Parts: sequence; C-alpha cells; structure tokens
Amino acid sequence: MANYSTNEFKGGLKVMLDGDPCSIVENEFVKPGKGQAFNRVKLRNLKTGRVWERTFRSGESLEAADVMDREMEYLYNDGEFYHFMEPETFEQHQASTDAVGDAAKWLKEQDICTVTLYNGAPLAVTPPNHVILEITDTDPGLRGDTAQGGTKPATLATGAVVKVPLFLEIGETIKVDTRTGEYLGRAKED
Amino acid sequence: MTADLWRPSATIEALRQRAALLADIRQFFAERRVMEVEVPVISRRATSDPHIESIPAQCSGASAYLATSPEFGLKRLLAAGIGDCYYLGKAFRQGEAGGRHNPEFTMLEWYRCGWDDHQLMDEVATLLSQVLDIRQVRSLSYRQLFLHELQLDPHSASDKDLARCVEREMELSFSPYDRSESLDLLMSHRLEPAMGEGITLLYDFPAEQAALARVTADKQGTQVARRFEAYVGGLELANGYWELTDSAEQLRRFEADLDYRRINGHTINPFEERLVSALQAGMPECAGVALGVDRLLMLAGGYESIEEVIAFPIERA
Repeated sequence: MANYSTNEFKGGLKVMLDGDPCSIVENEFVKPGKGQAFNRVKLRNLKTGRVWERTFRSGESLEAADVMDREMEYLYNDGEFYHFMEPETFEQHQASTDAVGDAAKWLKEQDICTVTLYNGAPLAVTPPNHVILEITDTDPGLRGDTAQGGTKPATLATGAVVKVPLFLEIGETIKVDTRTGEYLGRAKED
Repeated sequence: MTADLWRPSATIEALRQRAALLADIRQFFAERRVMEVEVPVISRRATSDPHIESIPAQCSGASAYLATSPEFGLKRLLAAGIGDCYYLGKAFRQGEAGGRHNPEFTMLEWYRCGWDDHQLMDEVATLLSQVLDIRQVRSLSYRQLFLHELQLDPHSASDKDLARCVEREMELSFSPYDRSESLDLLMSHRLEPAMGEGITLLYDFPAEQAALARVTADKQGTQVARRFEAYVGGLELANGYWELTDSAEQLRRFEADLDYRRINGHTINPFEERLVSALQAGMPECAGVALGVDRLLMLAGGYESIEEVIAFPIERA
C-alpha cells in the first residue's frame, strides 16, 4: 500500500497505526516559530472505535490502510454471521457480530447499509440514517392523546427500543433516526 | 466545491478589518517615529534556521529564495545607520500550512536602537493591548511558566526528566531527539493551551534556543537567551530578541545551524554571510521583534482559522 506523509493527512484518510486500521478525525499542524514542527493527530481506531491522539514529527508518514466503504444490501442473519450483498455485482460478504456491533439493532432485510471493508472483509457496518420499522411491543395506546404529551418505550421488529408518543400501538410502522435513536414520525403507508 | 475556489476564503468584512489593522500598525509606528522600510522578498541567500525551510525560486538564471523573514535585510540597514525601523509585508515558509499557518503570510518586524528585550516587550504589550483592547498583561520567565505548570525547571532538569515529563503528558510516534525538542513539545501541547486569555510575555528562553538573541546570566546565574515570545489566548504572536551584535558569535551560530541541518538531512543553502559582515562593520545595540499579522487579525476579529483572514490562502493562491 501507499504511504501518506503528515502534509497529506486530513479528516477521513485511512491509515495503519500500531497494526490497526484507523481513520483520521483531526490533524493539527503545530509549530513554535523557532521550534520543531509537529502534527497533532486524532485518529479513530476502526476496529475498536476508540479515538487516539498521537503526535508525529512533520514529514513522518504512515502506511495507507486498505479500507473502503461500500453500499450494500442487508440480506439476513444466519445466527452467526450477517450477510450483505453488493447490489451491482451481487457479491456477498459475511460480517461477524463484532463487525456489526450496535448496528445490529437497526438492520432490516433489504435496507442499504454502509459496510466498511478492511483487506476485503467487513470491519464495520453503518445502518442507514433513517429506518422504517414496525412496533412489535409497547403498552396499549391511549385514545384521544394526540401528538403532545408523554412518551413510552416501544420495541421494534429488529430489537431496538425507542421512545415513542403514547398514542402509537403494536403493528404500526415508524421512522427512526439511527444516529440518535430518536423517533421521527409515523411511516407513511406506501 | 471546486467551482467555488475562485472566491476568497475570507469575508469582505475580514478584509476590511485587515486594511484597518495595517493602517493602525502604520499609525502606531508613525507616532513613535519608527520608519517603515522595504527589504527584498527574493534573496540570493536562504535562512539557516534549523526548523525553517526557505522556498526556492529562480531569478535571472540563478538560484534565489523567498525571504522567511525580513530580519537579515533589516539588520544590514541597521548596520548602515538607518535607526529605528520596521517592515510590514510578506514572508514565506515552506511546508507551513494549517489552522494557524499559511506558507505565505504577513509579518511585522521592528527594531529599537539602544533598547533591551524588556523595553521592547513593553512596547509589544502596548501595541497588542491597543489593537486587541486587552488590558490584562502577564509577564513571566520561561522557567516560571514550567515550574508553575509542570513543577519542572527547564534549565536544570535532566534530559531524562524532560523525556519522562513528555511521556506523561502526551503520546508520540517518536522519541524526542534532544532536550530542546522535549521543551518544544511541552510548550506547544501543554503550556500554550494553558496560557489563558490575556497577553502573556514569556522571556529568558533556554540558551540552546537562543536563535539570534544574546545569551546572558539570569538572577540565578543560569545562562539564558535574551529572547521573548508574546502569546494571546495560547496563540503565539511574536518572537523577539535583545539582538546579538557580535559577528564572531553570529558566524559560530550560522555554522552550528548548518551542522544541525546537515546531521538531520535538511537542505543546505547559501547562508547570509553579509549579515556577518554587517555585524563586523558594527550594528548598533538594539532589540527586535517579529509579529504574525494574520494571527493578530484572527484575534482582533475573533476568527478561528487563518483561512478566514487571508483572501487567497495556498489552496486558492
């Protein structure tokens, strides 16, 4: 793989650090007028999600990480692996529970997700920002209560639990923001 | 996005503030009878500073360099008898780009004959308080700052103690090359951010960071560089010296700089031997300081990044 020098560092660049693929979050060029130049870099470890801060001498370089993001359709879970397919090539990939992580609770079959591949294998999965899911369990709805007022927990078809308005009932489909877990509204009937 | 790159990255309002700031600076020096002078931006000689790279140019079929600062030209003028003077214009440094750096930037540099570093620090504080409308000025030695923040004496601590302190405070991809690099790391990562909102004037730097300042003994008998820096809100704004006037010592420092550059694999360019000749002819005792005008504008206008105060930074230049 290629190497990137500190002057090419920028947000989103994928590099290897201590043997793990990382994504650069922030790169600050630091130089006292009469002193040595450094780059203070924040990197997210793509395996663990942990953010590191590391200082490099300006001019140092890091190996590029073979990491790419692909849009893929989620197919199914066979109990051990989550299966995804590239819509154009029909190439299938299986992702471990570790790779899928918290995204698991939002995965609905046929939804298009972002799968991060590292050396060709799924490393992480990002669900769509908005998903439409059915309520499978919640306390009975309170008739007459409209949009205002309190909320109650509702379990969705994928296992996620979100706060919804009191009037919603089992069997209704709702739209949720997966980044915040926030209820956005009732899904429109297609 | 690319289609938008014809536009300035600074707002018209920021450029108006820049024009006003340049006018205020010129007014400040006119009132004090300090004369504005010009020195070449294209020079046949490069900087020898161990940590600064000149941008090469070609001119009339021979190598030349863009000036990294007006210092050498101004000192040659001082030796020729020009008296108190300042330069307000462009300087250029290879590879320096980021939120607080642009390879081409505006520098103010001035010299006061017969003054020492502390007298010039007072004038820097006056200029900064006036432009930034800040009254709070704190003046402390490099040693006091390290003792206060890190309980470490930067002059007497062993190399090992310094390296240990660096290790405790930050994660590095390398081991510090020498004590000077350890001190720079602590300064930029730990001390600058802790400096607070007012004007901080830091003086009596370690002798190994003297650059072109004279070295004298401080009250404790430690050899210190008569060099100072001014910071506002942790942003380094100015670097000044009680100037070295000894030509033999100047030549020794150039040679030491070149040795450092050679050992560390930096480019070796022709150094300014005419400065040595100027000092030999006799440069008056003086103090001088260089100040980053773009950063001053960032502070004056409350801008976060240098792009916001330069119409066309390097990506658009």
